[in-house]
Amino acid sequence: MSVVELATLQVSKTVDARGTSCPGPILAAKKGIVDVKVGEIMMVLATDSGTKKDLPAWAKKMGHDYLGVLEEGGIFKLYVKRLK
Amino acid sequence: MDTTKKTIILFSGDFDKALAAFIIANGAAAMGDDVTMFFTFWGLNVLRKSVAPPHKKSFLQGMFGGMMPKGPGKLGLSKMNFAGIGPKLMRRVMRQQNVSSLEELIATAREQGVKMIACKMSMDVLGLSEDELIDGLDYVGVATYLGEADEAGVNLFI
Repeated sequence: MSVVELATLQVSKTVDARGTSCPGPILAAKKGIVDVKVGEIMMVLATDSGTKKDLPAWAKKMGHDYLGVLEEGGIFKLYVKRLK
Repeated sequence: MDTTKKTIILFSGDFDKALAAFIIANGAAAMGDDVTMFFTFWGLNVLRKSVAPPHKKSFLQGMFGGMMPKGPGKLGLSKMNFAGIGPKLMRRVMRQQNVSSLEELIATAREQGVKMIACKMSMDVLGLSEDELIDGLDYVGVATYLGEADEAGVNLFI
């Protein structure tokens, strides 16, 4: 997805994992995804740069669609669409 | 959800190795895996309570019990322990880097349903009784662990 597409996504839940380190962001994603309906999008906020690789791996394993990441001033916004 | 299973043997009682084991366990659980951790020999010290009721032990078991670390707060590092200063420095750096403490990781693992099983044989050898270890453990032998490992796609010995 392009930067513009990501930035204009309709996010139904934001999970704040800023300041946490591995495995904090994926723990937060696991907790957060249950509050998102199938087909809707969760945004994970993180400051740990490993999350850029970890969250796609988590989404693949869990059967969700990882849409991409936006970076703003050291904060990563990662988008995941719940598929099941 | 594509659930698979992972088993981790924690043999070591080193702070850094226990930390690695619990980070992997928590990560796997967050990815939807069933995780079983098998604690044996020095790894049992990670599960010790800092204060436990007194027990009648043989002289050697008493020596083991007295000299081994009582719980996650007392573990040493596998490298650069510097007579106990190393772990304190590492904890400080971990706080600065917002890495969860070992105690938090153990608590999170339990919340996530990570199954923790303790080797009864090595408990007997080291003179550790069930009430010296944290609650919620299963006390098992090698067959239980092997049965779990048979079902797992990944098995780690740490």
